[in-house]
Amino acid sequence: MLLTARRPRAGLMPYLRRRLLAAVGTVAFVVVANFFLFRLLPGDPIGLYSRGRNVPAEQLVKLRAELNQPVWEQFFQYVRNPFSSTIDSAQFSRPVWEVIGERVWPTLLLVGISTLLATTIGIRIGIRAGWSRGSRFDRVATTSTLIFYAMPEFWLGMLLLIAFGVGVGPLPGIFPIGGISSPGVDTSSPAGRWDVAQHLFLPALTLTLAYLAEYALVMRATLLDEVGEDYLVTARAKGLMDRLVRRRHAVPNALLPTTTLVLMNLGFVISGAITVETVFSWPGLGQLSYQALRGPDVALLQAIFLLFSLSVVALNLIADLVIAVLDPRVQS
Amino acid sequence: MSALLQPAPPTPAKVSLWRLFRQERGGMVGLGVLGGFVVMAVLASVLVDDSALDVTANVMNPELAPPSPQFWLGTDENGRSVLALVVKGSQVSLLVGLAATAISIAIGTLVGIASGHFRNWFGGLLERLTDWFLVIPFLPLAIVLATVLGHSLLNVIAVIGVTSWPATARLVRAQTLTVEARPFVERARALGGGDWHVMSRHVLPNVMPLVMANTTLTVAVAILSETTLSFLGLGDPFAISWGSMLEGAFVSGAISRGAWWYLLPPGLCVVAVVLAFTLIGRALETALNPRLRER
Repeated sequence: MLLTARRPRAGLMPYLRRRLLAAVGTVAFVVVANFFLFRLLPGDPIGLYSRGRNVPAEQLVKLRAELNQPVWEQFFQYVRNPFSSTIDSAQFSRPVWEVIGERVWPTLLLVGISTLLATTIGIRIGIRAGWSRGSRFDRVATTSTLIFYAMPEFWLGMLLLIAFGVGVGPLPGIFPIGGISSPGVDTSSPAGRWDVAQHLFLPALTLTLAYLAEYALVMRATLLDEVGEDYLVTARAKGLMDRLVRRRHAVPNALLPTTTLVLMNLGFVISGAITVETVFSWPGLGQLSYQALRGPDVALLQAIFLLFSLSVVALNLIADLVIAVLDPRVQS
Repeated sequence: MSALLQPAPPTPAKVSLWRLFRQERGGMVGLGVLGGFVVMAVLASVLVDDSALDVTANVMNPELAPPSPQFWLGTDENGRSVLALVVKGSQVSLLVGLAATAISIAIGTLVGIASGHFRNWFGGLLERLTDWFLVIPFLPLAIVLATVLGHSLLNVIAVIGVTSWPATARLVRAQTLTVEARPFVERARALGGGDWHVMSRHVLPNVMPLVMANTTLTVAVAILSETTLSFLGLGDPFAISWGSMLEGAFVSGAISRGAWWYLLPPGLCVVAVVLAFTLIGRALETALNPRLRER
């Protein structure tokens, strides 16, 4: 009903302008917060930079001199170069931005596949459970999604790793135990791709199971909200088959809140991969965050935090756009 | 959750709420499980001798040994009994979960009511602040804060409390707006009630039921957060919690040695407690919201 409504979209541009302005404000807040978080909290900033490492004396003097400048001057220097593109990571002794750059694709691959699987499977489970409320399928599905929802995702990952990677007792492991490919394999060849797929299987399964629960629960709840509506009674009174009432009338309306949730979650999902990537030694941004915090490598941590926050802002903006197109009511 | 609740006046609600809650089987199961864990945490200091947790006192025991008559749940990398660690770990996990929730709910309720009540620049600023904090991804922010502040139990509580309030604030704000639109608030204002009077005497009692249901769900999130932060090595290095056990298992190579007995118990405890709080929260929501009850 909603999806096929053809209304003039006069409100779309003003709406988008408002959202864009809000996003710019949020970006400004994130950049400012990122600056003050690392500089004005109690503790010795130099101590943080140099904890557990041998730092040359002249570099310490330089850092101290930088910190002796007025705060606003430091702030302007930071704003000119918020991603610390020229600053070396303490751990990798290379520019921070270079270190981050090569970690982006593995994370996008892992998170992308998991999100795709989790949404399609989760929404299907939610629809089936919500449409036949109280049935056996509903009870089993709701109980198991609640259990998966309560699990720390890295714990699930470790269990899967022991069961299928390492092997328990007489059962041998069938999947590789970590990394993105076996050493010495050319990942662009067909055999290399198969090797990457094998490495991808367990972490992707972990994240899929972890995300799926929320989508199934929300889809079920929103479908239940629609079940009592008058337009469904009308559809049934017309003599429409139950299957068609569900597919053509109930589901499209119930999909809207779930779509919102999926899109809004995208940004958070990327940072949610931190622990799972760590467990599976998946060389993405999540594992990099773990390495940075174990250092601690403050310059790297600062840049990753900014990147994660900005990706949430950007994806929220895209979510706003998609939802405004799907549901013209939100434009007001 | 987002449905607007229409809470009844406070006093009779307490009686009928319990009656309605009792009918929710999931909530009662959750309450039972939670009760068991609370008893375990309270008695942990009696049940577990300190020497069983001492790293140096157990060097003679086999390390990462599978379950045996002597160690029912096996041993960790220092030869300590996993059973003793799990029982002791319940204290920190529950304490951090509850304390962090208290902070989070206090900030969230305060900011939520104030941003809904004051329709001027101040309320607008609080609303913007809530939106901004909602956007910042929780785990990276918590990691940054824990790294900068240092690793102690108090810091873990503060970090989780300070990062998890925006969802509550948004919920409370929406409810505040609907409460303030009702005639009795107008009446209070007409009789000369000030901001503080309206917020504390009229708005607060009416948002409390919603806050209560939200609190139990927040505890679940806080306990999961504690587990995650401890697993990443950001917890108190001297406190034993379920999360720090999982960290120990991961760092000591329990996975490659197939030591499932070290991983399984702390994780199952987290799942049980988080599930218990989630079930209680859902049952409370259902009891408070007549629309949900028909399901």
